[in-house]
Amino acid sequence: MKKPELNRSEFYNISGNEPGVFTVHFHGKLDVRSSAGIIKELIPEINALSLTSLTADLDDVSYIDDFGLILLIELKKAIKNKNSSFGMTDTRNMAENILSLNESDFDRSPGSAKPKKSYGVVIRFGETVIKSASNFKILVSFIGSVLFSFYHVFRHPGSLRVDDTILCMEKTGVNAVPIVALISFLLGLVISFMSSLQLQQFGANLYVASLVAIAMVSELGPIMTAIVVAGRSGSAFAAEIGTMKISEEIDALFVMGFDPTLFLAIPRILASVIVVPLLTLFSNIFAIAGGLVVGVFILDLTISSYISQTIKVLTLFEVVWGMSKSIIFAILISWVGCLRGFQTRGGADAVGNAATSAVVSGIFLIILFDSMFAVGRSYWR
Amino acid sequence: MAIKDTVIQVKNLIAKYGDEVILNNISLDVYAGEVLVILGGSGCGKSTLLKHMVGLAAPSSGNVFIDGIDITGCDTKTLHNILKGIGILFQSSALIGSMTVAENIALPITEYSLMPKYSVDMLVHLKLRLVELEGFENYLPSELSGGMKKRAGLARALALNPKILFLDEPTAGLDPVISSEIDELIMQINRRLGTTIVIVTHDLDTIFTVANRVVMLDKNTKGIIAEGDPKSIRDHSPNPSVRQFFKRNAKLMDP
Repeated sequence: MKKPELNRSEFYNISGNEPGVFTVHFHGKLDVRSSAGIIKELIPEINALSLTSLTADLDDVSYIDDFGLILLIELKKAIKNKNSSFGMTDTRNMAENILSLNESDFDRSPGSAKPKKSYGVVIRFGETVIKSASNFKILVSFIGSVLFSFYHVFRHPGSLRVDDTILCMEKTGVNAVPIVALISFLLGLVISFMSSLQLQQFGANLYVASLVAIAMVSELGPIMTAIVVAGRSGSAFAAEIGTMKISEEIDALFVMGFDPTLFLAIPRILASVIVVPLLTLFSNIFAIAGGLVVGVFILDLTISSYISQTIKVLTLFEVVWGMSKSIIFAILISWVGCLRGFQTRGGADAVGNAATSAVVSGIFLIILFDSMFAVGRSYWR
Repeated sequence: MAIKDTVIQVKNLIAKYGDEVILNNISLDVYAGEVLVILGGSGCGKSTLLKHMVGLAAPSSGNVFIDGIDITGCDTKTLHNILKGIGILFQSSALIGSMTVAENIALPITEYSLMPKYSVDMLVHLKLRLVELEGFENYLPSELSGGMKKRAGLARALALNPKILFLDEPTAGLDPVISSEIDELIMQINRRLGTTIVIVTHDLDTIFTVANRVVMLDKNTKGIIAEGDPKSIRDHSPNPSVRQFFKRNAKLMDP
């Protein structure tokens, strides 16, 4: 908005007959457009005067609203601060009318509102502990609810929402293929390029193929795929379920006799468990293709020698190991995504927090479990 | 009788969603200082008409003038300047969820007036008093009941003392006591501040209490089928479906 052009004479003028006794004649409209400007001009002017009493004359005011009221309140406060007396001439009861509309009285100041509670360190710490404990309870009960629902589906396969599951598989899997393929291809390219710089010094060009194959199939393929899925689908699960939660759709499902976990979480978890290993497979293939490009064009390997070296080094164990890990990752991502969705409480910002939290916890869980697998494997072998 | 000032003029408005025509050739004048109720059965395009009147939706053809300025053809800046003089209460209140009630109401005040901080608090307090929500300054919208949200939304719509106030279903989903309190509040605002008020509703109590004039839309003709004083329309409209609406008769019971 354009700042109101305040012409002093447009809204008020100050006159005084005796020393120390002044009158402010207001005229025109004391409304949303003019009041703020008048306050800024008038109050310093009043403060500069040496006065004992001041009268606000409202008889020429054509219109006054609650912004004008604020002006009068500010004026009165300024006068009171100077220990002078304040009076009003308001024969047409302009201010009175607006006061009665607001059912407010002139001397009343705000601050009667209950202030936002603020507690000491101990209470806040306690609150955090209680909150974490209840979150943990929800977490455990959600694990139980998911396991129970899976058992239910196992016993009664008809209760699985097949259409939803297939739709979810398309969203989580098929639609993610291009981005997973691209990322993996580039990753394969980078790994083989970086390792070739070192391995070339020993004339061990061929081992670039082994390195790309082992690194991608047993470690990076599952992890990269899981991170992409966590970013794409984990957040989507949380946001979708969270929005359903705050708009009472989940309550509606519950009242209609559906188990929200069975209805919403199981299709998503099942779909993820099916498609994430497949995505991982794509990831492995494209990464090896990326390595192949570097091998052929920079390291002067033949296509057949690169591929035969890759096949030679990849054992069935490595492939199964990578795939099993990706199944675990899929469960973790979809589980935490649904959990964050169900935990959503509040409004639009809560949905945003749920989506963020789903991705962060998803990636954390992926890395945590991956390290656990790595440690376990080194002891096992 | 003096010629009444027209503050909003809708001229030959046609609204479509895709290929479906929602409103066909609507022309409507809103006069300064009146309480106009737009009514009609569910799905007749009441809310659509409201959206077009405040520039939230662009018509397929036709114009909407507010204070003589065509809001369908003007740029966003002009539209925003016009909208500053307009308060809107949305059907779902549309309070910003991450802000407290006081922050919601203070938002337009701090943005568009130069009031000092203390005065803004005071104004927010006055606005909340007006809608009888004092003491709820620091509540989040999610902590309020439906009726309280509606009143907080109304307080926000009134924040800058708009010349025109649009209310989309102000009493829907509220109990009769709160509904009649809101009706009373609407009349007070209209009387004392001279605010022009446009209400979209199908609450008959509200219509008979507050409306100076009603405009009834119809789903089949997609246009205005009745206009005028609510009581005389109820009793004398030549159109049976209009009388039916006002008397709450079911379709089959209409003789």
